[in-house]
Amino acid sequence: MRWLRRHLIGIIAILVLVYLFVPIAVVGVLSFNSPVGKYNTSWNEFSIDAWTNICGVPGVCSSFVLSIQIGLFATLVATIFGAMIAFALVRYRFRGRDTTNLLIFLPMATPEVVLGSSLLALFLNLAFPLGFWTVLIAHIMFTISFIVVAVKARLQGMDPRLEEASRDLYANPAATFRYVTFPLVLPGILGAALLGFALSFDDFIITFFNAGTLVTFPVYIWGAAQRGIPVQAYALATLVFLVALVFVLVVQWINHRRRRSLEAAVGIST
Amino acid sequence: MTLAPGANGVDVADLTLINLTKSFGDFIAVDDLTLTIPAGSFFALLGPSGCGKTTTLRMVAGLEDPTAGQIMLGDRDLTSLKAFKRPVNTVFQSYALFPHLDVFENVAFGLRRRGIKDVAGQVNQMLELVELGPLARRKPGQLSGGQQQRVAVARALINNPGVLLLDEPLGALDLKLRRQMQIELKRIQTEVGTSFVHVTHDQEEAMTMADTVAVMNMGRIEQMGAPVDIYDLPTTRFVATFLGQSNEIEGQIVESSGDELVFSAYGQRFGVPASRSVVDQGPAYLGVRPEKLGIVPAGQADSVAAQANQVSGKITDTSFAGVSTQYMVMTSWGDEWIVFEQNRSASQPLRPGDEVVVHWLVEHSFGLSPQV
Ligand SMILES: Nc1ncnc2c1ncn2[C@@H]1O[C@H](COP(=O)(O)OP(=O)(O)OP(=O)(O)O)[C@@H](O)[C@H]1O
Ligand SMILES: [Mg+2]
Repeated sequence: MRWLRRHLIGIIAILVLVYLFVPIAVVGVLSFNSPVGKYNTSWNEFSIDAWTNICGVPGVCSSFVLSIQIGLFATLVATIFGAMIAFALVRYRFRGRDTTNLLIFLPMATPEVVLGSSLLALFLNLAFPLGFWTVLIAHIMFTISFIVVAVKARLQGMDPRLEEASRDLYANPAATFRYVTFPLVLPGILGAALLGFALSFDDFIITFFNAGTLVTFPVYIWGAAQRGIPVQAYALATLVFLVALVFVLVVQWINHRRRRSLEAAVGIST
Repeated sequence: MTLAPGANGVDVADLTLINLTKSFGDFIAVDDLTLTIPAGSFFALLGPSGCGKTTTLRMVAGLEDPTAGQIMLGDRDLTSLKAFKRPVNTVFQSYALFPHLDVFENVAFGLRRRGIKDVAGQVNQMLELVELGPLARRKPGQLSGGQQQRVAVARALINNPGVLLLDEPLGALDLKLRRQMQIELKRIQTEVGTSFVHVTHDQEEAMTMADTVAVMNMGRIEQMGAPVDIYDLPTTRFVATFLGQSNEIEGQIVESSGDELVFSAYGQRFGVPASRSVVDQGPAYLGVRPEKLGIVPAGQADSVAAQANQVSGKITDTSFAGVSTQYMVMTSWGDEWIVFEQNRSASQPLRPGDEVVVHWLVEHSFGLSPQV
């Protein structure tokens, strides 16, 4: 009983982690499977075919590349505009500022089904052909809100005295922006861009409404799920997860090193 | 080591504020301020929280537009000059060091913005002046409070400003470091010869560091002068209590005989030199500093010189502090007075409950107007 009490938190933590990672682990394991029949759901025998021939099934790689393309473009445009909107909202008082704040927030609060279908209605009304551009426009539209919110938070958290100090030290407005404001807000912008990319890359609902015949990676997976997902998709999904994992580990490692050097620095100081 | 003056295109010059006023809506934060800060002086702006000290500095720095008035440096009018064009630099209340730049780059910032190419020599020289040479490559986040404070001073001073503005630069430091930095700042000021305008609400700091102290209250300068002079002869009740401690009596000035005024209160008469009183008739306050007072047991009242001012009362509290003893005395009319007594005699301190006579020389009194 006492043993249980002492280890309860640990046990719960492990259970939560298992719950979170079992699906990912299953996908990872099954990416090395050589399934019998169409459905890759039960273990048959070990094979690395899916990994060595990752683009072997038509559609897997092209949809993957397309999703990455759309994600990059959408993120780029949304980050530039989002950051500018955030600056305007935080730095300037203008008529309609509060309304803009509210409007920026709305897409985040609106269900995707509603956003997707109303965009579709708009495009159909304008007789705009569905495809790459409509998906891109849709992605820019819904990622921009998240980017504005993230950059705004960073800007609002910035000490206004830093910019005043810069002005006091002979930096004109352009130099203040270049040497003080922008470098300080940059981590916020990068974080926002990363979030934007992640949102765009795995979006299904809005994309599906506006894609026409275009097949992004989530759309491909959805379609494939009806007929049996090829093992290659498992391999790609695992690959994405590994890339993200490595990314997180690198960031952690850099932070750790920075903290270590900081501690060392403070340690020898007087 | 001395720094070449004029590196910034300015030599040290008098800073003059003329009818400087700042209102925020209906609220007047700085009210018609007129004063001159002589070139090369250490000037302290002292006042309680919210009296307009920071606002005054910000107007001089160009970070706040005055509602009215003028700011002159020598014969140059700075009033409508943008902050980044003013030959004035600021050490901010919380330092405001650039967190993304290391110490060297923080200090070099002003030079680089003015297009100076070869900054290393000057920066290293400045870092040496503030004794931060070995820490040049640290980020501000890796420095202690006192070190950050010195970076802030170096970053401003390297530009050789006509005036250096310091907004409570020691406010965030603990007492010991504060004393140490006071000496350090004073040394740096003497060494570079720039005018320092030092804002503080620590009266001891103002008095130990500054050549001239201006006591500010509710947006106005109440009194300005050398610390010794203001302390010895405050001219308003606010200054008398804000700068050091004072005992005061409310009463009337009833007659003047030659250069001495007679002040009457609670049926007693007190003397005050005419030259030490801002009012010469009618309602007034008489003040005296606690360390100017002598204290004797009521039984020995005869030993007090007849012409000295005297107040009788009862001790309510005695606190012994080694070199001196502080007494709280309840006067016969119910005011609480403070008396500092040097512990020079061999006898025991007086005890709470003892009846005493407090006395002082006429020339230590000062007369004040009843307005606060
Ligand atoms: N931007 C502003 N808008 C409105 N009121 C302001 C503004 N800035 C300052 N004030 C007011 O002006 C008065 C003076 O402020 P200031 O910052 O100059 O005080 P201070 O003497 O520096 O006080 P402290 O010792 O607390 O720093 C305060 O009452 C403050 O509330
Ligand atoms: Mg202030």
